[in-house]
Amino acid sequence: MTTTPTQPNPLANSGVVNAPVTAEQLTPPGVWSGEFLQETLALTRRLFIQLQRRPATLIAGIIQPLMWLILFGALFQNVPAGMFGESQNYGKFFCAGIIVFTAFSGALNAGLPVMFDREFGFLNRLLVAPLASRFSIVLASATFITTLSLIQTLAIMGLSFFLGAGIPDVFGLGLVALIIVLLVLGVTALSLGLAFALPGHIELIAVIFVTNLPLLFASTALVPLSFMPTWLQVVASLNPLSFAIEPIRYLYLHSDWSIASVVMQAPWGNLTLGGALLLLLGFNMVVFFSVKRVITRTLA
Amino acid sequence: MVPAVQLQNLQKHYGQVKAVDDVSLQVAPGQIFGLLGPNGAGKTTTLRCLCSLTLPDAGTIEVFGISVLRHPRAARQLLGYIAQEVALDKVLTGRELLELQAALYHLPARTIPERIQTVLNLLGLEDWADQKTGTYSGGIRKRLDLAAGLLHEPAVLVMDEPTVGLDIESRVAIWDFLRDLRDRGTTILLTSHYLEEVDVLADRVAIIDQGKVIAEDAPSQLKDQVGGDRITLRIREFTPSDEAEKAKAMATTLPFVQEVSVNSAQGNCLNLVVTPQSDALLTLQQALKEAGLPIFGIAQARPSLDDVYLAATGRTLLDAEMAATGQRDAKTERKQNMR
Repeated sequence: MTTTPTQPNPLANSGVVNAPVTAEQLTPPGVWSGEFLQETLALTRRLFIQLQRRPATLIAGIIQPLMWLILFGALFQNVPAGMFGESQNYGKFFCAGIIVFTAFSGALNAGLPVMFDREFGFLNRLLVAPLASRFSIVLASATFITTLSLIQTLAIMGLSFFLGAGIPDVFGLGLVALIIVLLVLGVTALSLGLAFALPGHIELIAVIFVTNLPLLFASTALVPLSFMPTWLQVVASLNPLSFAIEPIRYLYLHSDWSIASVVMQAPWGNLTLGGALLLLLGFNMVVFFSVKRVITRTLA
Repeated sequence: MVPAVQLQNLQKHYGQVKAVDDVSLQVAPGQIFGLLGPNGAGKTTTLRCLCSLTLPDAGTIEVFGISVLRHPRAARQLLGYIAQEVALDKVLTGRELLELQAALYHLPARTIPERIQTVLNLLGLEDWADQKTGTYSGGIRKRLDLAAGLLHEPAVLVMDEPTVGLDIESRVAIWDFLRDLRDRGTTILLTSHYLEEVDVLADRVAIIDQGKVIAEDAPSQLKDQVGGDRITLRIREFTPSDEAEKAKAMATTLPFVQEVSVNSAQGNCLNLVVTPQSDALLTLQQALKEAGLPIFGIAQARPSLDDVYLAATGRTLLDAEMAATGQRDAKTERKQNMR
């Protein structure tokens, strides 16, 4: 039996209506099709309905960074002025760190719902469907997590403003959003890769657990580079979190920023605002290519 | 005529375990085709290969002449797959799940509400549609799963153990529904380890054991081919094995008795294969009386699908089931079914 593109309707003589299989149906429509948009929207909608009916994670995800901001900020409130670089107070220094760390933690958890879908067999429901491209499953997660992170960022920026940290100008805000989106996309891809590579949610949670805080401490979120021993300076200046924290912090502290402004004085040289963006982009590329194989192995 | 489903020499190994050893079968359009076999015989793996969830090691799979391996997307459009375990998102309502499903199958947006209402009516789910699926009972869950599988009007409905774990009422309702669906032109391929399910539903059955098809025909044909009548004889409620052996030796001497075996799984009752004749029971009862053996129960029947299975494999489906349960590792199997 050979496959003929002009297969007649198999149920032409029966009561059931069914579209005949045409040549177009033999080739997937891909990501630039109406079908792809339709399935991506539906998958994203599912995630937002879940969020709306079970808002606990979002509420906790907003309260937690605000607690950090208040409690951790208070902890270092009496630090001598000038100790944290150019910041007049720790809160102003710290809010960039907490914005990035919150977005990072949220994105790191992006793989969990996918892992549960794998474990409960819901993913099978998606995989037996004639999806235009299974990339829609990944894109829906990324859209959802990015939106969540931006909402969290807004909440942190709002509270920081009332705590006297100020706020960047309009273009600065746009740039903050861009940096957050770049970081979240990269980390989400990483987490989704893990969700398909690891055997179950216990393992995924374990990996999230051991990655989360060490990456925070080995970044410039809590203290400036100048505070650290040299070896940690090297580590922290290569940490992707720092690539996101330092530009945002610079935007918070300077109203006269440009793409060439030096945002971090690393042991290996000066990093400009534009350089940090490029490094984040590079981080995303590396992540995308490393997890692509893992994800397509399951989803192709 | 192009077969609705055609599998040729399908093979799938998981490490050392041959889940599917060599399965070939052909399902004609418009029939209910049953795959009967004990748990672990390779039924689910066969269906997963058909629905492009698992890549087979060897063999060809075609749905209405379309190769599942070369054109999985086109084949998926023709198939509706209902897994054994119903996976619903418990936070969504039934209607929302169907809306998601409709988008995954790319139904035109303007036709979706009407189509959803149609399948809801078809399965009697109107009252449940706007409740969260987390509140559903097993029967309702299965019905919603069926509604989701039928939303895109698949040419072939593939069901893995359609009624496992359901109450009798739901089970009969599903059976009626499937027959109705078949009568309106949908081809149905289902697996089951319930004899009566295959017997009442299937137009054609393939008996599958240890990854191989060991018999295939219409259920009535298969039973006729086995031949003979079956007598189940219970000396006592639980017969001591020496007494069972004594009765066996006695029964073997009767001219119309073809075969006798002691069924240790059912309290050492005797399973006899006899040449169909009207006085078989009476003669046997007389002979037992003369031998001084009591009778707790005795019954004569035409051969069942279980007898077909017994004749082909040397053990009853129940025995195979029990043997398989001991060997199966639930964790490994869950992993195999995870993508």
